[in-house]
Amino acid sequence: MAVPDPRAKVELDAQFSDLYRAHLKDVYSYSYYRVGNHHDAEDLTTQTFLQAYRHFERAQRESRGRPLRPWLIRIAHNLAANCYRDRSRKPQTPIEDAGVLAAAHTTETLVEHRDDLARILECVEDLPDDRREALIMRFALGMDNREIARALGRTDGATKVLLHRAIRQLEELVKKAEGPVNVGD
Amino acid sequence: MTDFETLLREAFAPIEPPAELEARLEDRLTTLVEAAADELEGWELAVMKDPRNWAPTVTAVGVGGAAAVGLAFVRTQRRRHKRRAASGNVLELAGNTVRDFAREAGKLIDEGRRRL
Repeated sequence: MAVPDPRAKVELDAQFSDLYRAHLKDVYSYSYYRVGNHHDAEDLTTQTFLQAYRHFERAQRESRGRPLRPWLIRIAHNLAANCYRDRSRKPQTPIEDAGVLAAAHTTETLVEHRDDLARILECVEDLPDDRREALIMRFALGMDNREIARALGRTDGATKVLLHRAIRQLEELVKKAEGPVNVGD
Repeated sequence: MTDFETLLREAFAPIEPPAELEARLEDRLTTLVEAAADELEGWELAVMKDPRNWAPTVTAVGVGGAAAVGLAFVRTQRRRHKRRAASGNVLELAGNTVRDFAREAGKLIDEGRRRL
């Protein structure tokens, strides 16, 4: 190769633009549920795509045609983990304080389920990190077991077990938070 | 899907990114791409002026791949003011730019090898 082929670079940039447009919402949703507020979610989303751009050519080559969404989410996951390691803390803003329920649901569901949904999101914060992340990927992004496994660097089987345990643990936490059910209620 | 999982899907409704984030991010990515393109043009001209610099730089570019090339260009671009100050004339500046790029490309290749 005499010089870098400008057409190849243009093509690569166009493919990256497609990836960006297709998955901006996924990365932002993941970031939001991971960090708990819009400000940090914006920052994490921006850093994720900048890092993805730098390594896009290699990722595309190594993916062998597989979807790149797990790779993107893995970048966001690693950046978030580094951020919390540096700050030695978990997100301090409860998710519901940032207006997620008001922004994301219809009036009808707000009326019927607002308390239930807020309680679930509160309890999610008490889960171990890996379980919380698996739930975000499954339910906020709609990723299947294989995609989640790739994003977390686990086997499909281990991911299935992780999700099952996460759901069971969360269900128990929510029941505890609801308090004892009185007969006649 | 259980009732609880249905509730979970509702609780974790996807979040629309703010419109201004989309615009800001596109601006930053466009700036990156343009910086790489500008530097590519400058580098091609410099290489054509001084064939002695072709071999090491071309080897580095060949191994690095397009994304790494873009990043090397961006890094090289960041130091352009220092190079201008340190160069006595245009030819010297061109030579310094090519050497700077080759150094950055080499660093990227080393980083890539360490990751493999």
